[in-house]
Amino acid sequence: MSRVTRFAARDDGPAARMAGFMAHLRSHGLSLGVGACDDALSALTCVDAAKPEDARRALRAVCAGTKEEAEGFDALFDTYWLSGGRVRQKAVPTQTPKREQRSSEFSKEGAAGGGGKAESPETDPGAEVMEMDGEGRLVASRTSNMMKKDLRDVVAASDIRAAEKVAERLGAALRDRRSRRRKSAAKGQGMDFRRVVRRSLATGGEPLRLYRKTRPERPMKIVALVDVSGSMTVYARPFLAFLAGLMRADPNADAYLFHTRLVRIAAALRDEDPMRALNRLTLLADGFGGGSKIGEALEQFAQGPARRNVDGRTVVIVLSDGYDTDPATRTAEALEKIKKRGAKLIWLNPLKGWRDYAPVAGAMAAALPHLDLFAPAATLDDLAALAPALEGM
Amino acid sequence: MSSWSTLQAEMAEEGYVASDDLAMALHIALSLGRPLLLEGAAGVGKTEVARVLSAIRDTDLIRLQCYEGLDAAHAIYEWNYQRQLLAIRASAEEGETGRAVESRIFSEEYLLERPLLRAIRQEIPPVLLIDEIDRADEEFEAYLLEVLSDFQITVPELGTIKAVSRPIVILTANGTRDLSDALRRRCIYAYVDYPERNAELAILNARCPEIEDRLSAQIVGFVQAIRREELEKTPGIAEMLDFAAAVSGLGIADLNDDPAVLGATLAILLKTRADRDAVPLEVAQRLAGKAA
Repeated sequence: MSRVTRFAARDDGPAARMAGFMAHLRSHGLSLGVGACDDALSALTCVDAAKPEDARRALRAVCAGTKEEAEGFDALFDTYWLSGGRVRQKAVPTQTPKREQRSSEFSKEGAAGGGGKAESPETDPGAEVMEMDGEGRLVASRTSNMMKKDLRDVVAASDIRAAEKVAERLGAALRDRRSRRRKSAAKGQGMDFRRVVRRSLATGGEPLRLYRKTRPERPMKIVALVDVSGSMTVYARPFLAFLAGLMRADPNADAYLFHTRLVRIAAALRDEDPMRALNRLTLLADGFGGGSKIGEALEQFAQGPARRNVDGRTVVIVLSDGYDTDPATRTAEALEKIKKRGAKLIWLNPLKGWRDYAPVAGAMAAALPHLDLFAPAATLDDLAALAPALEGM
Repeated sequence: MSSWSTLQAEMAEEGYVASDDLAMALHIALSLGRPLLLEGAAGVGKTEVARVLSAIRDTDLIRLQCYEGLDAAHAIYEWNYQRQLLAIRASAEEGETGRAVESRIFSEEYLLERPLLRAIRQEIPPVLLIDEIDRADEEFEAYLLEVLSDFQITVPELGTIKAVSRPIVILTANGTRDLSDALRRRCIYAYVDYPERNAELAILNARCPEIEDRLSAQIVGFVQAIRREELEKTPGIAEMLDFAAAVSGLGIADLNDDPAVLGATLAILLKTRADRDAVPLEVAQRLAGKAA
């Protein structure tokens, strides 16, 4: 290899370098435990670690856990091991950041003597975080007030919590009782014969106690698709807050956003820190506020994720105003496909809350025959008010 | 120690053409004694990996097919209640004491082994295939984690049963739901994709050596072209092999010879009505013509 990593000289051995690599991967969102470093090192002993391709494959098998991670792994591997000397400061745990800061200051003033080896000074990532902290200033006492406001004002973490409650209520409204399997229960319609016989062993084969089984409740899975195109920008952030609440309340729910294409946001929204979730989302939502291609995005959904995740026990919620640049027939076809998978379809339109609204937008009119429920949603109250309608579905 | 390329060659001998990534992941899983999680679309040969591995190692393949509602009684063990009951009735007539009866009916003789228990009680480490783990409920996944990390199962009446040998565990998933991070972390991971043209040709040659080179190139090219169409159900490798078998079984030397035969055999690749409509015969003919 012609490219040589320069940091090799200043840290102490393969174990430390591997630990640095693990930190590098973690900083890029891979979830790796403490044992991962150990595993990676033992994996390298099983292969010819001097060959970069072998090492790359081995480490990928150990470190990646999903398809996306496996696909992104190559780039991460290259930047760390074949970087030509540029290293992220975070990735090398042996160095004290303080010293480096000072050396960069020196070089700025031109006072540094012979050294000249200053690393490229990275701006302290902590500073940005501090600045962002000021954002979530809305206090809890105003929450009830917020419920009445138009959703477009909602961005604070506390409102995500409020949205979470609404989402929980909606989730509860969607419980379904159609499971075909039976589970033993204290009160049930049928006899649990296996259990009766098994327990009767204790009484010499006489079935003294009767056990019953019942059909357990099975929740419906919610898949939400939210439109963040230009015409929806004012409503998009509140809808996203609602989705963040939904994701956190219901581990089975799934969420996507779309403008001109479809992006899965469920993982980002499940971030423990609600504000960070919104920030991660902003990165994903490249093209936020741009044009809208509802038809194409729904088509993508019907062709891709829907085939795996949408079944008869799923509710697909579309949050959109229906203003589309694609031909309306496309939307209708995509919705028909989703409908054919047995899912329930709900379309929430912020404009429907307006007086004298009529679904004249082409896509909206074409979608209507496929919908199980077409409802307005512009405030959290509107969303909360959906619960009774969902129970009836 | 054998390297991953040796493993790849061994798999090829058994008729499985494994990609470099897959062979490497399998090699590492075997070397570290860790479960291997295979993800990918339906019909790319995930399950087949386990079968081939058991053939290479010359061991049993124990398969646990997961489904919604799978519980411990079906995955691990269950007492044979009916037999226990009969034993109690019979013993009452023979005048056996209660304690003797109890120790008898809770012995291994009355224990029904299910796949997980069977897998850890084999003398020679078997290949344990846990198929479509994403179909099972999350509670089961959590239980499975425990079994996979300790390789021991506790039966309250008998005590803890430790693994005689550590089975080689292969899990497959095709994305019905997200798997937990805990499970992913414990497994070596490999994503199995549809094979490239050359790899698929190699698979076809390995499975159906009797097909001529020209025709097999045509078949593979045709199937790959069909995969690029927008379909509800993309044909996998199994469908490709079926299609090849059908075409060669009909004694055709060239896909473009007879449109009627092409139309008839298309049913093997396209399995929904919408897909049939999406690829009418004219389109199929055009694709087959290009594939040559």
